[in-house]
Amino acid sequence: MSNEKKSSTNKKLVVKLFLIVGGMFAFGFLLVPLYDVICDITGLNGKTAGRYAAGESQLVVQEDRKVTVQFTAQKNAGMSWEFKPEVSQVIVSPGQVMVVSYKAKNPNDFAMTGQAIPSVAPSAAAAYLNKIECFCFEEQKLEAGEEVDMALRFFVDENIPEQISKLTLSYSLFDITDYELVGVELAKN
Amino acid sequence: MSAAHDDHHHGPAKGLSRWLFTTNHKDIGTLYLWFSFSMFLLGGTFAMIIRAELFQPGLQFVEPNFFNQMTTMHGLIMVFGAVMPAFVGLANWMIPLMIGAPDMALPRMNNWSFWILPFAFAMLTSTLFMASGAPNFGWTFYAPLSTTYAPSSVTFFIFAVHMMGASSIMGAINIIATILNMRAPGMTLMKMPLFVWTWLITAYLLIAVMPVLAGVVTMMLFDIHFGTSFFNAAGGGDPVLFQHLFWFFGHPEVYIMILPAFGIVSAIIPTFARKRLFGYSSMVYATASIAFLSFIVWAHHMFTVGMPLAGELFFMYATMLIAVPTGVKVFNWVSTMFRGSMTFETPMLFAIAFVVLFTMGGFTGLMLAITPADFQYHDTYFVVAHFHYVLVPGAVFSIMAAAYYWLPKWTGNMYDEKLGKLHFWLSFIGVNILFFPQHFLGLAGMPRRIPDYALQFTDFNMISSIGGFLFGASQLILLFVVIKCIKGGKKATAEVWEGAQGLEWTVASPAPYHTFTTPPDPKLIHVQ
Amino acid sequence: MLPKAKLWLGLIISAAIVWSTNLQAAWELNMPQGVTQISRDTYDLHMQILWWCVAIGVVVFGVMLVSIILHRKSRGAVSATFHESTKVEIIWTLIPFVILILMAIPATRVLTEAYDSSESDLDIMVVGYQWRWEYKYLREDEGEEEVSFFSALSTPREEINNALPKGENYLLEVDNPLVIPVNKKVRFLITSNDVIHSWWVPAFAVKKDAIPGFINEIWTNVEEPGIYRGQCTELCGLEHGFMPIVVHAVEQEEYDAWYADRQESARTTRAMADNVVTAEESMIAGEQVYLRNCSACHQPTGAGMPPVFPAIAGSAIATGPLRANIDLLLNGVTGTAMPAFRNQLNPIELAAVITYVRNAWGNNTGDLIQPAEVNQILQEGQ
Repeated sequence: MSNEKKSSTNKKLVVKLFLIVGGMFAFGFLLVPLYDVICDITGLNGKTAGRYAAGESQLVVQEDRKVTVQFTAQKNAGMSWEFKPEVSQVIVSPGQVMVVSYKAKNPNDFAMTGQAIPSVAPSAAAAYLNKIECFCFEEQKLEAGEEVDMALRFFVDENIPEQISKLTLSYSLFDITDYELVGVELAKN
Repeated sequence: MSAAHDDHHHGPAKGLSRWLFTTNHKDIGTLYLWFSFSMFLLGGTFAMIIRAELFQPGLQFVEPNFFNQMTTMHGLIMVFGAVMPAFVGLANWMIPLMIGAPDMALPRMNNWSFWILPFAFAMLTSTLFMASGAPNFGWTFYAPLSTTYAPSSVTFFIFAVHMMGASSIMGAINIIATILNMRAPGMTLMKMPLFVWTWLITAYLLIAVMPVLAGVVTMMLFDIHFGTSFFNAAGGGDPVLFQHLFWFFGHPEVYIMILPAFGIVSAIIPTFARKRLFGYSSMVYATASIAFLSFIVWAHHMFTVGMPLAGELFFMYATMLIAVPTGVKVFNWVSTMFRGSMTFETPMLFAIAFVVLFTMGGFTGLMLAITPADFQYHDTYFVVAHFHYVLVPGAVFSIMAAAYYWLPKWTGNMYDEKLGKLHFWLSFIGVNILFFPQHFLGLAGMPRRIPDYALQFTDFNMISSIGGFLFGASQLILLFVVIKCIKGGKKATAEVWEGAQGLEWTVASPAPYHTFTTPPDPKLIHVQ
Repeated sequence: MLPKAKLWLGLIISAAIVWSTNLQAAWELNMPQGVTQISRDTYDLHMQILWWCVAIGVVVFGVMLVSIILHRKSRGAVSATFHESTKVEIIWTLIPFVILILMAIPATRVLTEAYDSSESDLDIMVVGYQWRWEYKYLREDEGEEEVSFFSALSTPREEINNALPKGENYLLEVDNPLVIPVNKKVRFLITSNDVIHSWWVPAFAVKKDAIPGFINEIWTNVEEPGIYRGQCTELCGLEHGFMPIVVHAVEQEEYDAWYADRQESARTTRAMADNVVTAEESMIAGEQVYLRNCSACHQPTGAGMPPVFPAIAGSAIATGPLRANIDLLLNGVTGTAMPAFRNQLNPIELAAVITYVRNAWGNNTGDLIQPAEVNQILQEGQ
């Protein structure tokens, strides 16, 4: 191959390589929305699906079935807030909308921000616990000494398998006061 | 010092610059092998500290934090500093010789691949002297213990891993390019020695998974320093994601550490049985099957994290399947020995011990694959026993076998056979006393990575520690044998071993600095 | 008696002695059969696979051994020339494959059963902390007194440091064991407060990782009353080897009585938060709390292990402003191993240990903190 041809082939190769590298880099950014889509579709990880978007009026209550829903609260790694559910459990029928609340109190003399992360056991039940309103959708900022009752509005999906008659919804409360969240919406679920 | 290449220049350069700037595959192979031996002794020292502390219940010698550093560093150094570089060193020395090529495809990159390692390991071992201590979160470095709760040395650890990974990837590219492009005429793929085949496949595994490791540690770096939450539930992330990503690398990694061993044993047994390897093509297909399967079994390291039932069943079945091609290989080695005409020089002793003891490690691997049983074995000494059986009398014995096998070709001198046999027997006995009792410890309920234990575990721990000291001390014999062999000994012929087949045995011993500058006579290329 | 007979007799007697004492435990070779249906099924599975492996090993190693003896050059053996056989390769691919299927069938059954935690009689939340477990009994009615407590290693540090002889249950004993009824399906919800831990009781064949931010579930149904011991099985930092699990499985009546008793003591402890304590009482109680909860990192001498674990003896915090000291103990220090002890100790223990550290080892501040003061800080945050 002549020197000019070599040089031009080399230049083309370099451009291609840069494009591939750039593409991979861009793919990394694309992964953020892609990851959300995958998690929503598959309901991975005991992570309940996102905010239940469809209306409540369509819901049909299956009177003859009862499902026990237990509530627990866990404060993670030194989170100093009080955090507990108002009720330990409720017994609902699939399709029946229920509202429960969790109490949170910041006993310190400075403001703090907390984030509640839900998890469901058994993990198979996670996909069937639909949250219409949940305090876990947003960060919770509490001023010094502030106490709140945070609401959870949910229903159990009618398609929940027959063998699941009890499920546990657990929230872990994390201290995210130090995290710089630049316009990133946390925990869509 | 002139670096100009002189047409009349036949030998290597003189002095330190030879080793710093060499692009010769033999020199680079030698560098890798000495580096790995010194890392083996360092990692072994950490193991001796561990076994000393575990000799009796109670804390006698070290604090728990330092103990955790020892277990972590022992694992990291042995995996990344001893076993992998040793196999790369053997690849560098032997692949060009075995395929009739004058050198590796990319000799300068080859030099860089090696020289990254001393710097990476200097960075890693320097953490032992830092105020916060060395990494103490296990060689598997699960988040968030290795992110939110890690000592500040974790950042050095991450950079060291990046460097080692780059070295491995470049080495793997070099190996593939060499094997695919530089085989001598007449050396078809199915006429390549099995060592070359296993390294070809290993190189693909390396390229596939080392970037995943780099990705994982980079995600860790971001979680630690830049406020991301890949592995932190608070930000919507998941610690289990770390485990999936790590083991997606980690499982093929253990096959990276054993496939070249299969190749070595497949070279040694036919030589000393004076009989062709049984089932060459099956061996190639079995190796390829093992490599493929290694990508779909990673979560068998995670049976207790809370995966859904369907996931657990899939990984159980896929993991059990690997026993099939592995069994095929073992049967083929035994069939090679059967009705051969065997002699038992040191390389053969190590190779036979490999077949027996690696198979035992394979059996415990099959037991571990059975998920409900694994709930009782996971994170106990049963697992420690399993992986040490496949790695020590497995991979490490194969490296020692290779060293004895090829030392005469490298140095031109026969090693001291009596000392070699002594080294073998002490190592064989030591390694079994060290690791066999650990099966019982695991079954009895002793967890991993603990510096102190309940009283019922005392006796087997004591026995294991004694075996450890015996095995550790025996390695000094190997050091002595190697140095003595380099210095002199009975002159070796080109063929060295009666029954040895392959292009490497057609060149003089010691192998000239430049070999196969012209391609070998195709008639010299045997069927396998 | 003939010398040989004496030797045999001696061996038999020694064997009988060894067998009969708990030396037998020291030489235990196998997995326990356990006390649940699942644990027995797991043991059976383990034995089945083991026998398969032994059988295959005997065949393969047997052939090797025969070969090593007979097919040696020194015996004049001449090597054969066979080097392949497609038929044989197929046979020894198919036979192992069939054996694997035979293994997989019972394994699938046992795993499916182990995963079915429905219809449980009792649910208990298990939380892993660095480095102890917390047990919370789920109840139906939030108004009912909650039973929730920490379960930490109770082996004294002196035994670990070889200053005292080791007790029988060295490293496998706790201050507050988990108590569950026998013959009831108990479901455990497992999570973590900080890093990944793992909850394992070998006698139940139950092991599950505790992941921060997620709950895992596992269940058991214990058939025999007894005390069962396990350990944390996931490296979780400094004291990973020192956070055991002790479960007392008892008859239903005993369980009910224990449960009621724990509810009562929870009420009493809350009431006791108003008690007035003397300096001596505080120092004695505080030292106990300190040894149990603080000395692993900060050392019994208060010297710590700087820089990772600061000294308390002579420290600015322990001799400086009282309120800052209390806050640090209550809220921990983020990004370090120092937990928020407000979650782990009650006001009486907190007050005692603050008094202790501010007066021990020459710190001598003269401060005496009452449980009520700590209680107020906990409640009001002022």
